Formats: sequence, C-alpha cells, structure tokens
Amino acid sequence: MATPSRYQMPDLSVQLTDELIMQHIDRNSRVIDLGCGDGRLMQRLNSELGCTVMGVEVEHGNIVSVIERGLPAIEADLNEGLVDVPSDSFDYAVLSQTLQQVRHPKKLLLEMLRVARRALIVVPNFGHWRVRLEVLRRGRTPVTQALPYEWYETPNVHFMSMRDFRDLMDGIGLRIVKESSIIRGRAVDRLLGANLRADSAFYLLERDPGWISQQSAETAARPS
Amino acid sequence: MDVEIEEDVTAQSENSVGVVSTQSVKLFQPPNPLRFASGQELGPITVTYETYGTLNADASNAVFVCHALTGDAHAAGLHSSDDRKAGWWDGFIGPGKGIDTSKYFVICANVLGGCQGTTGPGSINAATGKRHCLNFPFLTIRDVVAVHAELVRHLGIRQLLGVIGGSLGGMQVLEWAVQFPDQVKAAIVLASAAKLSAQGIAFNAVGRRAIYADPGFLNGEYYDTEGPRYGLALARMVAHITYLSEDSIELKFGRRLQDSDRFAFSMQKETEFQIESYLHYQGKRFVQRFDANSYLYLTRMMDYYDLSEGYTSLADALSRAQARFLVASYDTDWLFPTSQSRELVSELLKVRKHVSFVELPCPYGHDSFLIDLEPLSRMVGPFLDRTYEA
Repeated sequence: MATPSRYQMPDLSVQLTDELIMQHIDRNSRVIDLGCGDGRLMQRLNSELGCTVMGVEVEHGNIVSVIERGLPAIEADLNEGLVDVPSDSFDYAVLSQTLQQVRHPKKLLLEMLRVARRALIVVPNFGHWRVRLEVLRRGRTPVTQALPYEWYETPNVHFMSMRDFRDLMDGIGLRIVKESSIIRGRAVDRLLGANLRADSAFYLLERDPGWISQQSAETAARPS
Repeated sequence: MDVEIEEDVTAQSENSVGVVSTQSVKLFQPPNPLRFASGQELGPITVTYETYGTLNADASNAVFVCHALTGDAHAAGLHSSDDRKAGWWDGFIGPGKGIDTSKYFVICANVLGGCQGTTGPGSINAATGKRHCLNFPFLTIRDVVAVHAELVRHLGIRQLLGVIGGSLGGMQVLEWAVQFPDQVKAAIVLASAAKLSAQGIAFNAVGRRAIYADPGFLNGEYYDTEGPRYGLALARMVAHITYLSEDSIELKFGRRLQDSDRFAFSMQKETEFQIESYLHYQGKRFVQRFDANSYLYLTRMMDYYDLSEGYTSLADALSRAQARFLVASYDTDWLFPTSQSRELVSELLKVRKHVSFVELPCPYGHDSFLIDLEPLSRMVGPFLDRTYEA
C-alpha cells in the first residue's frame, strides 16, 4: 500500500459526477450506464429526468441491486465490448471513472458511440502537476485515494492526460462537444492550464463526420 | 429439463406450501375444440394443475410456472404428510421463497401432450374410445401455451403477474409473452432459448431413435404391453448426460467404481463405474413414470420450436411482447449455452424491451436452474415484487 506521504489523486464524489452527467442528459432520453454499480445514477435519471435506462455490470450483486430498484441491467464485461447491445439503441452512453481500467479504452469508446448517439465520460487526469512531480521527483507512478494500489495490482491500467484524450478523439473521429475540468471537487468549463491543474475531466462526445464506419467499429470492438 | 434432481436437495422442505393436491379440469368442451397450430382439432382437453397461495381480489398476483420436458404439475409441497418427495421446484416456491406464496398465487399445469394427467397421446380419444397413440395431433409449444392460457382464463385471471420457466419451460414463457402480450407482465426465462440448437436436436434424435428401434414400440400402440422400455430408458440416459456438466459428473462420480475398488475385467459387468450405474438407474426410474409417445411428441415439439417462426425476425416476434424480461443462463450449461440467452437479450434490446440478464456460475450444467435456487431467488423475488408494485 501507498506510504502516507505519497500523493494520491483525489477521487470524485458520486454526487459531483452524477450532477455533472445529469446536467448533460435530455429529459426522456434513453441512457445506457456502463459499469452502473448498484444503479444509483440510473434511478435518478429515471425518476428525475424520466429517462429510459439500462445498466451494464459485471458483478451479480450489483445486478440484483438494480433489479431491486425495478430497473434493468445486463451482465457484460466491458473488456469484451458491448456485443449484445444493438447499434444506435440509446441516446447516451455513460462511463464514469472506468475508462482507465478497461483493457482497450479506444475500442470501448467506439463501442459506446456505436450503441449511443452521445457519450458522457469522466476520467482522471494523469497530467496533473502533482502526478508529474511525483514521477519526476520520486520516480513513482500515480495512485488514487480510493484505489491506492501499487502498479502491479492497480485496476487503473491506462494513465492518460487530458491532452492524450483530445488526441485520441481526433484520431478516431469523435468530437468533444463539451469538456469540463474537475478541480478540487468542482467542475469548471474553462480552466487555464487544465492539463496541469485538473484532477479529472468530464467529456461529452459525439460522432464526427470522420467517424469510422459502424462496421469497422464493430470489428474493432471484438475482443482480440 | 430434468426433474430428477438430487433427492437431498428436494428433501428440504422448510417453508413448504404444505400438503397440496393436483386438480383437474376439462377445457375446450364441444363445440369449441382446441385448434392446434397444425390445423387439427381436439376437445375436450383435460388439464391437471396445482395452485399454491391465494389469488387476490382483483386477480393480479398470479404467477404461472412452466415445467420442463419431463416435469409435471407438482411443482411444490407434498401430496401427503408422509410424502417423501416434494414438488420439483419446492425450494423455489413457498412462503418467503423466490416465488413467494405468501404474496403470490402460483399455478403449475402439466403440458398438453404430456403423461402426468393432461391430455396426451396416451389418453383415450373420446371420438374412438381408443388411445390416441401416434394419431394424437402434431404438437407445438404454441398449442401448449394456448391450453395454459385457457386454464388461466378458466381460473378467472385476465393478466398474469409473471410467467416463469426453465429450459422447455422458458420457451413457453417466450411464446406466452409474444402470443398473449397483454396477459404477461413479467417474463422470466431460465436456461433457455428462442429456439433449440442443432446440437439439442441431435440429442433428441438419438433418444427418439432408441424408442423407435425398440421392438416393443409397436408403432406407438404398446399400451397393453411392456412398451419400448429399453428404448425409453436409453433415451433418458443420453438426455440425462446433456443436463449435467463435465464438472458435475467429475465432482459427483469421477472415475470411481460402483461396488469395488478394482476393475472386474469382465464384459458381463455393465455398470462398473458409478456414472454408469447412475445413468442406468435414471433410465430405469424414468420408464416407470414417463410415456414413450409423450417423449416423442414433446421432444419433437422442442425441435420445431423457433419463436421467430411466422415473423420476419426474432426481434419482430419479440416486439409484440409487453412484459419486462429477466433472462438467466448458467455458465456450465452446454445444452442451452449462455450464447443463446445473450442472443435473446440482444434481440430484446433491439426492440427496446425492459430486460435484465445474468449468467449464473453453477457447476450443475443445464439442471442448475432446478438445483441452485438461492441466487435465482435473490433475483426473481425482487423482479416479481417490483413488477407487482409497478
């Protein structure tokens, strides 16, 4: 486990991420929540915004919790794409603080925008200056508060910065409709030196005209 | 598909529905015979069924349980206080159980074409005074469900809170949800599929061949004789293997021998391994309780089943359904593999249905839905409760 003096990237409160996501979802739309957990956000989307929701989860216990809320969830491993979910069957796909944990983030992003018109994503910004300093000064890889795991056991298998994320979007034909920086538990639309200062980032994505055809996205999504 | 589950599992009857009795009713009385999907007509039709729990005042708490290939109406409780064997889903149906009989009124009926009380090929044809044998109308799952739906109407229920079943029972659930969309609020499909796989048909073919090839079969008119008992037992032995898994056979029997710890080196001894002895026993017991003609009809019915039949696609068929769905498969089930449940879920999503899906881990293969009732209860209980409240 991490020594106390080591910098731990702050984790976002679920209230903050839930609010942020809810702000960007239209009433009565269809939402698929990837890694929906116990269905907390799904229930809010359903009861407060009248959304039709569906969860995707890998844990049985969580699926039971979603069913207990009267909502639907299907079992799937995000590392294997969303093969069971038909194209264009949702308005929004939500993925909160999970992208850095999947084996093939690019494939999953393409999958999200295959099944939904828009994607909402919250990711940690590993370009934060404290992370950089930690690497520079002590030669240590970053850890987060909730997941203070060492490199050999951390579920965070990809360390991306906001700049990295933008580059990827350009490369795969996805458009960033909105980017917010999350700094000290608050979301801000414009942040000077965001890639240095933001703890996490929120993105609203949609397909660009340069979007790789659905066919190739499906091919790319197949587990390799 | 298999009701011959482990006795030590069935024997537990805590929170039992208690002593129950099988009831019987004649439906499709003249001049309104049942018109089969094949176009043939038959009536009246006797249906045997059991009920547990109490129907509420507005008849809104009824759950219909569809049994699998060789099951019967006796799903829960005991037939007498000294009955040693409880109903086939006793661990799942009862007060406080997965299907909670303190809240819900549960109905289970023997299928049309069966041999446990409901009209089937072994029943007497009123028109001729003789048994139907192979002149019984060709049977489909649609016909089975049509009879069950008529029973439900007869019981004064206009809409079911839920329909639930595993294997062939799950196929009935799907058929019900599509044929009678306004009569089903919750559809629970376990270890099943929208059609039988080619592999499933292959195993059924072997079973039927064993019956047809038995000299005792007499073209199905064997009721005054011993009947095709070797063929039927063999059919059961083959089928029984498909209900198990490599793990469960390994776990339960391994390569252990039946009554010795060394080989007999004798070709006279047919049941040397425990697994051999077990399969022989299953075959023998099955012959005592099941009719070969019913087995032929019901397995053929299962082979023919394809929910998309008569529609442009599976999604088109499912688009008719109004129920919310719960689909569960088992990771060691190779007769109805998870891929088939996933396909069903995907088609349901295509037509934007409310569907939950899980693949449950359980070593017991296809039979898991009859054995591993705790994880099932944890999902089905709240699924029914929320649907009831909705």
